[in-house]
Amino acid sequence: MSSEAELNPTTYIQHHLTNHTISIGDGSFWVLHTDTLITSLLLGVVSLGLIWMVVRKATSGVPSKTQAFVELLIEFIDDQVKTTFHGDRHAFVAPAALTIFVWVFLLNAMDFLPIDIMAWVYEHVFGLHNWRSVPTADVNTTFALALAIWILTIYFAIKVKGFGGWVTELVCTPFGKNPLLWPFNLLLNLIEYISKPLSHSLRLFGNMYAGEIIFMLLGMWAATGVTGTIFGAILGAGWAIFHILIVILQAFIFMMLAVVYLSMAHESH
Amino acid sequence: MNINFTLVSQAIAFSLFIWFTARFVWPYLLRAIEERQQKIADGLAAGERGKKELELASQRSSEVLKEAKQRASEIIIQAEKRASDIIEEAKQNARIEGEKIIAGAKAEIQHETFSARESLRQQVAGLAVQGASKILRREVNAKVHADLLASIEAELK
Repeated sequence: MSSEAELNPTTYIQHHLTNHTISIGDGSFWVLHTDTLITSLLLGVVSLGLIWMVVRKATSGVPSKTQAFVELLIEFIDDQVKTTFHGDRHAFVAPAALTIFVWVFLLNAMDFLPIDIMAWVYEHVFGLHNWRSVPTADVNTTFALALAIWILTIYFAIKVKGFGGWVTELVCTPFGKNPLLWPFNLLLNLIEYISKPLSHSLRLFGNMYAGEIIFMLLGMWAATGVTGTIFGAILGAGWAIFHILIVILQAFIFMMLAVVYLSMAHESH
Repeated sequence: MNINFTLVSQAIAFSLFIWFTARFVWPYLLRAIEERQQKIADGLAAGERGKKELELASQRSSEVLKEAKQRASEIIIQAEKRASDIIEEAKQNARIEGEKIIAGAKAEIQHETFSARESLRQQVAGLAVQGASKILRREVNAKVHADLLASIEAELK
C-alpha cells in the first residue's frame, strides 16, 4: 500500500484510482496514462504474439493442443461473426473481432489480480507509486476502442454505399424520403451515431470500473478488524468468481457490438 | 476519468493489433482449419465408400456361395441319377448276357442229346442188324436178302 502517512478511505480509493502519468505537452490533454498504455500494449503483444507463434507452426494435419485451443477460439469467433455479418468476413471483420475479444478479455482479466498486492508489487518492485492494473477501467481505453470501431463503421458505410449513398441514408432513413422529414431523419441518425460509441465504450468501462470499486470497498472493509477481514475475504472471493463471468461476458458483448455495428455499416436500410 | 492523449495512443495500438491479426494470424490458421476440414470430409467419404464396397462385396460373395451350393446340389443329383442309370444298365446287360449263356447252354444240351440219341440209334440199328444177320446167317443168303436187309436197316434208322 502507499507510504503516505494519513490513510483513510478517501485517500485509499484515490490512490487506487490515480493513473501513472507523463506529460508530453502543455495542457491537460497532452498527457499519457503510462500504466494503461504499457499494460495494454504488453498484453496485446504477448497474446497476439503467442497466437502468432502457434499460427506460424500451424498444420492442417493433427493439431497440437495449443493449436487446437487457438483454433477453437477462432472458430468460436468465426461462428459468431458468420451469424451477424454477411459478406467477406475473413478480410476484416472476423480478424478484428478476434483481436477485440482476445485483447479486451485480457485487459478485463487484469481485474483478477488482487489490487493491494499488485499495488505493493508495483510500489516496491518497480518503484511506481500510482499504477492501475486494469486498462479497461480507464475510460481512455474503452473510448479509444469504441471510437476506432465508430470511424471504421463510417469508413465502411462510405466504402460500400458511396459518399452519396451514405448521405442519402443519413437524411432519408428511417422515416422516409419526404423532404419535410429530412431534419428528423438527420437528427435521429446523429443521435444514433453519437450514442453508439458512447454506449459501446461506457458499458465496458462502467462494468470494469464498478468491479474495481467493489474490490476496493471490500478491501477497505478488511481494514476495520477481524470480522471485516473475514467477510471481506469471503465476499471478495465471491465477487472475484462472479467477476470471471463479467470479464468474459463484457469482452464478448464488446466484440459482438463491434461486429453488429460493422455489419450495419455494410448493409443498406 | 479524464480524456487525454492516451485515447489516441490506444486507438493507434488497437488499429495495429487488428492489422496484425488480419494480416498474419487469421488467414493462415483459417487455411489450416479449412484444409483439415477438407481432409476429414475426404476421409469420411472414403470410409463411406469402403463400407459400401464391403457391403457390395459381401452381397456378391453370398450370391456366389448360393450359386455354388445350388450347382453342387445339381451335380450331386445328376451323379446319383447317373449312378442309378449305370447300375440299371449293368443289370440289364447282365440279364441279357445270362440269358444268352443259358440259351447257348440249352442249345448245346439239345445238340448233345440229339447226337447221343443218333449215335445210340445207329448203334442199336447196327446191333440189331448184327444180331439178325447172326441169326439169319445160315438161312439167309446175304446176296438174296440184301433188299430186305437194307429196308430193315432203313426202318431202324
